[in-house]
Amino acid sequence: MSTSLRNNGAALLSLAAAALLVAGISLALFWAPEDVDQGILQKIFYVHVPVALTAYAAFGWGAWKALRLLWKGGDRYDLESYTAVHMGVIFGVLTLVTGSIWAKASWGHWWVWSERQLTLFLILFLFYSAYFMLRYSTDPGPRRARTSAVYALFGVALIPVSFLAIRLAEGLIHPVVFTRDGPQMDGAMFLTFCVCLAGMLALGGGLYLLELAGKRADASLQELRERLT
Amino acid sequence: MTGYLSDVAALARKDLVVELRTRDTVPAMLLFIVAALVVFHFALPEGSSRLAAGGMLWIALLFTALLALVRAFVGEREEGTLDGLLLAPCDRSAIWLGKTLSVLAFLLFAEAVALPAFALFYEPLTWELVAGVALANVGIATVGTLLGAMAAATRARELLLPLLFLPVALPLVIGGVGATLADEPGRYLAFLALYDLIFAILSWASFEYVVTE
Repeated sequence: MSTSLRNNGAALLSLAAAALLVAGISLALFWAPEDVDQGILQKIFYVHVPVALTAYAAFGWGAWKALRLLWKGGDRYDLESYTAVHMGVIFGVLTLVTGSIWAKASWGHWWVWSERQLTLFLILFLFYSAYFMLRYSTDPGPRRARTSAVYALFGVALIPVSFLAIRLAEGLIHPVVFTRDGPQMDGAMFLTFCVCLAGMLALGGGLYLLELAGKRADASLQELRERLT
Repeated sequence: MTGYLSDVAALARKDLVVELRTRDTVPAMLLFIVAALVVFHFALPEGSSRLAAGGMLWIALLFTALLALVRAFVGEREEGTLDGLLLAPCDRSAIWLGKTLSVLAFLLFAEAVALPAFALFYEPLTWELVAGVALANVGIATVGTLLGAMAAATRARELLLPLLFLPVALPLVIGGVGATLADEPGRYLAFLALYDLIFAILSWASFEYVVTE
């Protein structure tokens, strides 16, 4: 019963993601006004930034599950934290790719070190790739679960610290859209952005639930096999 | 509290005594960092600025620290000392703090040679550089000890530690290089202190989870 409910959650989120992303992209292409400076190029903003925020959300979710694991114990949090980090890395790579395309289109270079968010994602990508190395190099068990959880928690501490470090070190080339005075864009653009963000978050959530169901099925299959032999 | 501190002191003293008797780690660190400084002279083209030399010093410091961190727990695991330490009637975080202090002592030892060597080969030392190194040491030792304990429990061991450590240590490099070279080093030094504080608390709180079976 609970499994079917969870699968339904994945199906619902996937449907929502499909609807919202189609709506968001149509709004971005046909409704939202073109940016004065960047023209049509600026449309990639509606994909790049939601993907980046979804990656942050996934890393945050993974760290939250890691905290629950350390606090309460329990195997399920380990798998949930791992799956969330997994999703975060996929969306992180997408952020690097879309950011790189944007950088090439607006500044003529595939990689610009002074783009703070991209540099941060590169650091995070290296950090979370090491997370997988750590996991695959440890035998499964409660110890691996706890070690991975501690590492995932370090990740959410590293995000603001690295961001601060990069901000200290670099100039300002990246267009800063969100400042302390609120988003610097007009209403239509902001609404389109919100639809795209909701769609991307739903996509991330749907993929997360699907992957989790797959990994759980894998684990129970393993268990059954061990019992049979 | 005094019990905790005396546990920490005893654990740190144990590492220092072992090092005094075997002389495994510190001589290797000293040789490595001086060799690295010599290699950098030939890696930097003629007439390179002092900016490049300052950056290279930080690379050398980070990689030298990795040597100490790898040694810190691999030995404990191979000899089975860690199991004994875990059975000892003391707080688990005291093991981390003791180890951190001994790593810090090794780093200070290596730097007591490396910084004068840097001044001799490249640029005179400034107080900003020394303060930056001192603050970065704390960050390297706190985070590195925790990650070293993590890596020592895996199959890959010394192979894994640099992969775990370098992304986490990157803000230290940014802060350290900034403190060495920027016009206003104060902000960078404050950042290094903030990093030390955040990661020291995190490592102190999470060490127990990493070492228990």
